[in-house]
Amino acid sequence: MILHELLNYEILRVIWWVLLGVLLIGLAATDGFDMGVAALLPFVGKSDAERRVVINTVGPVWEGNQVWLILGGGAIFAAWPPLYAVSFSGFYLAMFLVLAALILRPVGFKYRNKRESHVWRTRWDWALMIGGAVPALIFGVAVGNVLQGVPFSLEDSLLPIYPGNFVMKLLGLLNPFALFVGVVSLSMHLSHGASWLVLKTEGAVQARARRFGTYAGLVAILTFALAGAWLAFGVEGYRFVTAPDPAGPSNPLLSEVVRGGSWLDAYATRPWIAIAPIMGVVGMAAQVLLMRAWSGWSVVAGKVGIFGIISTVGLTMFPFILPSSLNPTASLTVWDSSSSHMTLFIMLVCTIIFLPMILAYTAWVYKVLWGKVTQEDVSSNPNAY
Amino acid sequence: MEFGLVELSRLQFAATAMYHFLFVPLTLGLSIMLATMETVYVMTRRPIWRQMTKFWGTLFGINFVLGVSTGITMEFQFGMNWSYYSNYVGDIFGAPLAIEGLMAFFLEATFVGLWFFGWEKLRPRAHMFVGWCVAIGSNFSALWILIANGWMQNPVGAEFNPMTMRMELVDFYAVLFNPVAQAKFVHTVSAGYVTAAIFVVGVSSWYLLRGRHIDLARRSVAVASAFGLAASLSVIVLGDESGYEATHNQKMKLAAIEGMWETEEAPASFNLFGIPDQEARETKYAIKIPWAMGMIGTRSLTEEMPGIKELVEGSEQRIRNGLIAYDALMDIRANKGDVTPEVTAAFEDHSDDLGYAMLLSSMVEDPMTATDEQIEAAAWKTVPGVAPMFWTFRLMVGFGFFMLGMLTYMFWVTNFRGGNYPKLALKTAVFIIPMPWLAAEMGWFVAEFGRQPWTVDGLLPTALSASHLSVWDLAVTLGGFVALYTTLLIIEMKLMLAAIRKGPVQDVEAVAAWNAKHAPVAAQPAE
Repeated sequence: MILHELLNYEILRVIWWVLLGVLLIGLAATDGFDMGVAALLPFVGKSDAERRVVINTVGPVWEGNQVWLILGGGAIFAAWPPLYAVSFSGFYLAMFLVLAALILRPVGFKYRNKRESHVWRTRWDWALMIGGAVPALIFGVAVGNVLQGVPFSLEDSLLPIYPGNFVMKLLGLLNPFALFVGVVSLSMHLSHGASWLVLKTEGAVQARARRFGTYAGLVAILTFALAGAWLAFGVEGYRFVTAPDPAGPSNPLLSEVVRGGSWLDAYATRPWIAIAPIMGVVGMAAQVLLMRAWSGWSVVAGKVGIFGIISTVGLTMFPFILPSSLNPTASLTVWDSSSSHMTLFIMLVCTIIFLPMILAYTAWVYKVLWGKVTQEDVSSNPNAY
Repeated sequence: MEFGLVELSRLQFAATAMYHFLFVPLTLGLSIMLATMETVYVMTRRPIWRQMTKFWGTLFGINFVLGVSTGITMEFQFGMNWSYYSNYVGDIFGAPLAIEGLMAFFLEATFVGLWFFGWEKLRPRAHMFVGWCVAIGSNFSALWILIANGWMQNPVGAEFNPMTMRMELVDFYAVLFNPVAQAKFVHTVSAGYVTAAIFVVGVSSWYLLRGRHIDLARRSVAVASAFGLAASLSVIVLGDESGYEATHNQKMKLAAIEGMWETEEAPASFNLFGIPDQEARETKYAIKIPWAMGMIGTRSLTEEMPGIKELVEGSEQRIRNGLIAYDALMDIRANKGDVTPEVTAAFEDHSDDLGYAMLLSSMVEDPMTATDEQIEAAAWKTVPGVAPMFWTFRLMVGFGFFMLGMLTYMFWVTNFRGGNYPKLALKTAVFIIPMPWLAAEMGWFVAEFGRQPWTVDGLLPTALSASHLSVWDLAVTLGGFVALYTTLLIIEMKLMLAAIRKGPVQDVEAVAAWNAKHAPVAAQPAE
């Protein structure tokens, strides 16, 4: 097979770096509002009837949305195997917490309504809250750690190692900057979930969602800006001493990296990337402002904001993907931690075939389900959650 | 067995995968049966079929969601617990997993919500279409995960790259059309269909015994026994095909299943019963069926099948060849690829056996210094536990044939004895509901335990594949997963039983109205 030679390795790597971003943005823009809604559940719904309305705004779609997460895992495995290997094992206990929370979520949606008991339902409400809030927070904490560098190293055989006691490693991940980025992520998810609730509900639930959404949106904008300032003054960047060959073999140890300078230096060499943080702030602000009257556009604006915020991280770090604080030379970058030329090409072909199909039928499903969810809808539909 | 990091990692994978597969087979089979029932409804417009679809759909939903929940872990734990494996073979193994997401999971998950919420929002035809999308999506996911798994059993289309220290894809078609993967796929989905058939027949039999929901139960038995009969034949035929493929690709697995220590003259006999003894390297008290093994394994009377001892001798030779490749690889790496053509040639000639040299890594610091005794010991490590393989396989096959008999009988009574099921048959059908799950778990055990000591057969030893975490990391997550999954499993079973006891409730009026309208016609005595 020589077809893959049609696209050179360097270009394929950049395409897959973009697709990595598309996946993370797809996750935050779709499953993100499910998580936000679930995290807000006990607070925006007071009675059981109200909570059922809240749950059923995402009831028919969360399952499809969650596939962005599963696909995220699979695609990182296929396109960036060293990244998959190092990050998932390096963030081990944090990953476990995310998994435990995510495992509770589908069950909560499906089983909550199977029994009348108040205790039963309240327990599942909190399970759903955890299932939404914990992943939203930890995704941010992970990004905060990636920006600072993660304490791993690679042996000559490319075996990832992470010295230290397992409790200290977990506590090390929960450092102030990482937690602060966690707050950015959590508030971003909460405000986006709230804007979805404003669109899909009415009355008291809608009013509460609007209030929570406004506060969360403002916190997201503020913490995003402050995290930028913190990054400028408090976090050291990474740079190449000997740059890898962009079309060379995927072996991170072949290039040399040191700490130094600031991540924000990227804005001097590539000023156009400033558009990403601007989109993040403008999108989030528009989401808050439009929540009053044009709730449909508020949701769209929220997705633009998410696009901006996540792109900011990627564009600021390029070409670094996962720097190592322990042994900077082991840092994973776009040029030395991808799959082979052939695998990247085949996966691209698959993505080009299937992604438009996915977007088309997902859009059709949303169209069928269009409209507000009311208490009458929920009580009249025996399949509602 | 000493519980170190690798053992705990294996135990965790086995536990999470086996929990996951408690939910998958029913999803695979029931999704197809639901779509079939709904198709009958759309064609005949008889409300009973709609009621059946909705009733079995409720049970499907309770089961499906735990398949989803436990499936999330599957996608992530390769990286978490098997990071060296993930990096070493991710270039090949990751692709089917990602395609599974793109092609199967999205289809299945996007439509499953609409299926439950869309009864009133969609016209019957559109709703039926949604049901088929769920069924096709579920079954496609099995295809891709078994292509991935098939590659671990029979790693084709890949080569080791000394610059990146990993296996890289060279022939995607070979990975896709891996004969092992194809046989395993059909075997596995058919097992799922049998599971759903036994489940539907069992629950319906319980209703018939109780005299409840007779109309729904009889029709369900009719659909499920026909579907299950075809599927159980397919399971057995493709199981046999897997055995035949194993003759060519995983001779050791087959010899272990058979407890066959010595190479027999062709055609080899089949050990129906025996007590395998790993220490003494023999199978005691063997009751043999002449010719049977040779015919299953080679489909000929003249082809010889190697016994375990002969295969171990082969492994020993491959370790020695692997050491040549290993030595050359060290040279290539020390000189950053700048070596003489002889070294390159030595590596390329023996790189297929590199994995065998790696078997020594857990015994000696530097494999090049291994003694003859150590090499022999390493060669013997390529033999999986014979007794567990021997017994699990026989139980699985026994269950398979029993279920084939059960489904054949129910099918026969349905179609040729006017559906007058004897009480004993109905009771048996209820009693054996757990059987397909046991058989499926045993099947996975035979496939994966029988692959040991490798994660990827002949390429990468399990001992090297695990992440270098602490034992405490593993203890915390293993305990956590088992506690969480067990809790959810108990809740799931309770909800299932409650839903079965409650029985179908939706559409009862519509069914009664339809029956009243058509009763005079249906009640005409056939003269």
